[in-house]
This record gives sequence, C-alpha cells and structure tokens, in this order.
Amino acid sequence: MTEASLPVPASVEAPTKKSTQNQTLKLARYIGIRLITLLIAVTIGVYLTILIANMGGYVDEILKGQIRERISVQIGLDPTRQNLTMAERNKLIDELVTIEEHRLGLDQPFLMRSFRFLGHAMVLNLGRAQHMASDSGSKLVRNIILERLPPTLLLMSSSSLLLFFITLFFALYLSRNYGNLLDKLVIALSPTSAAPAWFYGIFLLLLFASVLGWLPFGGMVAAPPPDAPIAYALSVLRHLILPVVAWIISGFFAGVYGYRTFFLIFSMEDYVELARAKGLTSKDIERRYVLRPTLPNIITNFALTLIGLWNGATILETVFNWPGIGRLVYQAIGLYDSPVIIGTTVINAYLLAITVFLLDFIYALVDPRVRVGGGGSRS
Amino acid sequence: MNALKRNLREMAKFPSAIAGGFIILLLVLLAIYAIVTIPYNEAIRLWRGGEEIWGDNPRIVPPAWTNLFSREKQPSTIVCDSRDESGLTAKTVTEISEEMWDVVMTFDFDYDFDAFPQDLIVFMNATFAEKGPFVSLSWITPDGREIRLGEVTAKPSETYRFAQDDRLLRRLDGVEPQIALFADPDKETPTVLKGTYRLQVAAVTFEEGSDIDAKFVAYGTVHGLAGTDHRRRDLTIALLWGTPIALSFGLLAALGTSIITMSIAAIGVWFGGVVDELIQRITQVNILLPTLPILIMVGTFQSRSIWVILGWIVLLSIFGGGIIGFRAVFMQIKEASYIEAARSYGASSWRIIFLYLVPRIIPVLIPNLVTGIPTYVFLEASLALLGLGDPVLPTWGKLIDDARANGALYNGQYYWVLEPAVLLMLAGLGFAMVGFALDRVFNPRLREV
Repeated sequence: MTEASLPVPASVEAPTKKSTQNQTLKLARYIGIRLITLLIAVTIGVYLTILIANMGGYVDEILKGQIRERISVQIGLDPTRQNLTMAERNKLIDELVTIEEHRLGLDQPFLMRSFRFLGHAMVLNLGRAQHMASDSGSKLVRNIILERLPPTLLLMSSSSLLLFFITLFFALYLSRNYGNLLDKLVIALSPTSAAPAWFYGIFLLLLFASVLGWLPFGGMVAAPPPDAPIAYALSVLRHLILPVVAWIISGFFAGVYGYRTFFLIFSMEDYVELARAKGLTSKDIERRYVLRPTLPNIITNFALTLIGLWNGATILETVFNWPGIGRLVYQAIGLYDSPVIIGTTVINAYLLAITVFLLDFIYALVDPRVRVGGGGSRS
Repeated sequence: MNALKRNLREMAKFPSAIAGGFIILLLVLLAIYAIVTIPYNEAIRLWRGGEEIWGDNPRIVPPAWTNLFSREKQPSTIVCDSRDESGLTAKTVTEISEEMWDVVMTFDFDYDFDAFPQDLIVFMNATFAEKGPFVSLSWITPDGREIRLGEVTAKPSETYRFAQDDRLLRRLDGVEPQIALFADPDKETPTVLKGTYRLQVAAVTFEEGSDIDAKFVAYGTVHGLAGTDHRRRDLTIALLWGTPIALSFGLLAALGTSIITMSIAAIGVWFGGVVDELIQRITQVNILLPTLPILIMVGTFQSRSIWVILGWIVLLSIFGGGIIGFRAVFMQIKEASYIEAARSYGASSWRIIFLYLVPRIIPVLIPNLVTGIPTYVFLEASLALLGLGDPVLPTWGKLIDDARANGALYNGQYYWVLEPAVLLMLAGLGFAMVGFALDRVFNPRLREV
C-alpha cells in the first residue's frame, strides 16, 4: 500500500544537447558502475549467507560429531574388527575420521573454507550436498535444485502470473467505475490480504479436501502417478488448484486496491484533465495519460513477481507438500545441509541482481523522465 | 493535541476503523485477562505438563458448546473421586477377620448423553507395607444388571483401563466396554441407556492401616470452552496466552522495525555523502539476503526463543525496502525552510534530525506501523508452522502446527485448526482495518479517492 501511496519522485533532468559519443561513453561508464556495485552487493550477500548457514563454523562441530559417531558404529558392527583392542580401535577410528574430514574439507579452518565456498558459489560451482540427494540419486547441488525447480516454477508462475494479471485488469476496471458497489467491496475486503497464502490454504484444505472431499490434500500428482500423459497433466492440475487459489486470495484484494488507488491518483493529474477537455476518448486518455506514467511501477511489481517465482513459497509448499525449492530449503536446513542452502541463496541473489540491473534500463525505456546517467536518486 | 482529536474524528468516519478498533480492544482485554488469571510461569508449566496435570481430560475432543449445534448430545467428562468425595455415595470399611478388611466404595453418576464416552479408567492409590489390597470392580446399569469388570492386586499406584482388559472384552462379546457398558441391551444398534450408573470398587486389604482410594474417569467426547489436543491439554490456555504473545510480538517487531528504519533513513538523508551511500549499499545487500531461510537457520541452530527470533526479524528488516520510502519523504522535508531556519540559528544535527525531521514523518510512520503488525503476527505463526515455534510458550501458530502434524484436517477435528485460525484472522483484520483507515486519514492524496 505504501508503494502505491508514495510514488518515489524520479529525477527530472533538463534536456541537454551532447554529442552521441559522449552519451555512449557515459552510458558505458554508468553500466560499468552499476554492474560492479551490484556484484559487490551479491558477493557480500552470499558471504553473509555462508556465514549464517554455517553459524560461524558451528555446523562443522555438528558434522564432525556425526562423522565420528557414524564411523564408531560402523567399526563396532564390523565382525572382522571385533578382536581389536580398545587402543587399536580408537586409533583406527581416529584415522578414518581424519580421512573423512579431509574428504569433506573439514580439517581446514572455517574462515579459509568460507572464502573457498564464496569463490565456488560466485562462479556457480555449487558443489555437492552433504546429506541430500535428488530423486534420481545425484548429490550435486545443481541437480537437486534443477529437479525441484519445475514444480516451483509451475506453482509460482501459475499463481503469481494469474494474480498479477487478474488484479491489474480488475483494478483498471474499478478505476473506471470507482465508487460503485464492487469498488467499495474491494476496499472493505482489502485488509484480508494481511493473512499469508498458507493461512487461506489451510481453510481451503479444510473445506474442499476434508469436508467436501473434492480435491486432494497435497502433493503434486496422485500416487501412483498415472501413466498416460493427459491423465498425468489432469492429476497435476487437480493438485494445483488449491495452492493457486490460496495464493490468489491472499494477494487479490490488497493488490487490486493498490493498483486502483494508483491509477486514480494518476488520473487526477492536471494533464489528464487537459486531455479530457481537449475531447480525447477515454480509451486514449487511459492508454496515453494514465497507463503510461504508471508503467514503471507496474513493471517493478511484475519483476518482483518474477523473482518470487524462483524463490518459491516455503510455507505454502510445506502446507501443500509441494516438492519445490521452498520445501527444499526447509529440508536442507533441517539436515544442516549448508551447500544446498547456499546454492539456492546464490541463485536467488544473482536473479535478484540481474532483475534490478535490467529494471534500470526498462525504466529508461518507458519513462522519459528517468535518463540513464542522471543523478543517483534511485538505488 | 487538536490535531490528534481531528484525526480521531476523521477516523471515526470509517466503519472499518471502528470495527477494527473494537477487535483490537477485545484482544487487548483478552490478553490482560490471560496475564492476570494465569501468570506467565504458570502458563508455561501448564502447557508443558503431561498426564499429571491433564490426566482427567479426554484426548482430542471438540469444545462443549458444539453440543448446541448437534442433535446428539455428546458426553462431557465425568470424574468420581473417593478422596474429594465427588460422586462418592459411600465408602465403608468392615473387618472380615483379624487380618482382612473389606473396603467398598460406591460411585453413582447420572449419564443422560446420547453418545458413548471416549474411554473409561479407574485410577487407584493404595497405602500398604507389604501386601497390596485385592480389588474387584463391578458395574451396575440403571436397569439393574450387574456386570463384573475385573480384578487387580493394587500396587501403590494402579490404573485399571477398561478397554485393555481382554477378559472383560470377551465377556462383553467383543464389544468395546465404553459402548457395551452404556448400551441399551434391547436395541439392535448401540444406543445409550440413560439413567444412574453405579461403579462398585470392592477391595480386600490385608494389613492394619492399609487403605485404598479410587478415582473413576469416564472421558467425554467434548471438553470445556475450547476442546483438547493430542496431549489432553486444554486449548483454552494456548488460545488465551497466544493473545498477549501475538500482540506483543507484532507490536514490538513493527515498532522496532519502523522506528529504527526511519531513524536510519533520517540520518542518511541529513548527513548525506558517505553515510548515505553506506546505508544505501547495506540496504542493497540486505535485500538480497533471504529472510525466511535465515530465520529458519536461526531457529534451527541458535535458539527458538520467540524473543531471539524477534531480534533477528528487526535486524533483518531495518535495512529493508521501507528505507527507500522514508528516504524519499525525508528528501522533500530536508529542503523545507524551517529546517533552513533551524540550521541558521545553529541547531545541532541530532537536534534537527530528531526534533524537526522525524516528527514530520509521523503521518507516514503510523499507518506503516499499524499495517506492519499483522505481518509480524502471521510471521510468528508461519515460523511455528515450520516447527520453529517457541518450545515453551503456547502460541496460536503452535496450535495450528500441532493440529496439522496430528492430521486434524484429515480426521475432521476442525475446531483444533479453526479456533487459533479465527483468532489469528481477527488480530490480522483488526490491525489491518485500522491501519488502512489511518493511511487514508494521514495521506491527503488518498482521501479523495
């Protein structure tokens, strides 16, 4: 709501006549600075995540303890090693623990390893998971993430994109007919968006899965999965309905209210009045004088929606047992699997940075007031 | 003061603000009631308690008022105890011989419900030196039938569970005791025979001074105002205590976050240059950090205390998106002429920031703060749903998590999910409605549309 009510003033620059070469140079410099600052931000963000995901080396202690315990049990159960003396056995355990710790790199100080992690993470060499494996059996973090990505993309793209377009068009409709009953209803209902999607998800599960029994409780596909591709798709669709509806309910009213108010504020500008006085059709006014200036904000929202797609919705996925990235992160944290946590964060940070970078240029394209290279009021 | 009055009058024009304010008031009263009636430590003790506190409650049953909506009257729990003489008709001790005494306890209770109880248990406490009393139990129905139940040699603390007595089960032709003992023998389908039932606990003691006490519990299928959970706990405690926790968590998080964010934005704008640049870079990095995973990590590795998590939430949100909005507003205020005047008479930077810049932003701050509260209330519930709730405190989110983990939705125990969910929804809606109205009152641009 604050986004809608407080449009950030863009820097207005007087038109200047400069040579094209000068412009290009300025542009290149601007891009360079932007890229470098973003890269630094990503690096610091990723490094902080590495520190936090390892709790400053605390996870290492847990891992070392686990290794020692596993090896001790292994040797204790090995019939060929039953007749070892206590000292010999302890020596053997120590040796094996050292080898295992070396294999996992745990024998180096954490600070050094954290920088090595950072280097690998920045070049997207995400390494191997410590405990988790993909369903196909791979321990590579990349494979694990790639396997979880399609379900998340399916869930988030269908819900977020639907929500985005429904709210946008509905808000346009309301801004044309503002003050009518439907408009008042949306305003009255907009506080319901304070509750997150999983909250409505629980209500929907209660009603449609438990009481009525029309839709499944969770998961992505019926078990066992149907063989025929069409039946499979239908099954996925059936499982998709409740989480998507939950997502849309939780975002709909506040979204519509936000856009509607935004459009109304812009349609009260003097230049719109002038256009109306000139006798332009309302369709033209809407397209040229209302939609155009609000475009940067709509694009920002759209871009944020796109970033959200990759992130997934941890709790919604947990509530609906959806096998996506959000649940992956949750499971990885439960297993202290820092490479997986870091891997998802790195990818997310890169995507966010790329989006921010691209946004700057798209702004310049759609908003003539924002010119590349003009003072840095926008961060 | 006048401005405040004017704004309040303005607020009263919004029916949603009045409704929201009313909800908040109710919740605050509920919170005060919870704190006054059940002290903090007592709440924790009760919530963490096991069978010794909650032993007389049935397991996972809906609240008693659900009887109002159903035609079949569900039974409440009946407790008869010989120690506090509840439901005890007589306790007689007669001497049989030199070394044998007969202790007979008779319990009478009325049963006029339409459904059978959940479970039947007799708890016995015997005092003896070497040889425990021999106890035999019998059951007399309202129509006069006497059913032999079982016999036990009592240990100091003995529990007789009707449903786990195989011989009784055989005697009742395989029908579960809690049904067979209350059923009308003339009916085909099991129907409750209403009337006064009698349980007789007859014990033979073998020592001078040896005694026995018995407590009979017929677990009902409804309980109290809010029902019970899988550990027989009364949900009222968690619902009541969840209120102050949710309110204080939401308020503290929203207050901490918005005030610190605003101060940082003000400092950055006023000093400009390196300070401003630094703040902007930190914000940029912070936005890249994934908030929820970090909170999950804190919960897993460091501490699950709700107050530690609260601290992290504030820490992670102070350099969040809010700073950009505040910054834009401060940029405009900074150019105002009264700031120029303050500077010319030599006011210090801190004086200008906290006495002249910050007060001007309160119209933006207050709606921001109030709409922020439900977000944090729900965030707490979200964390609880991920199994990261505070381990000792009863909260609404933990109730939902417990209910989900025990399959309440699958088994149709809707009250378990709905009660905390409705309270959460009320809290969320209350603050959101007030915040929404505040936004429109304080933002003149919104007032017109």
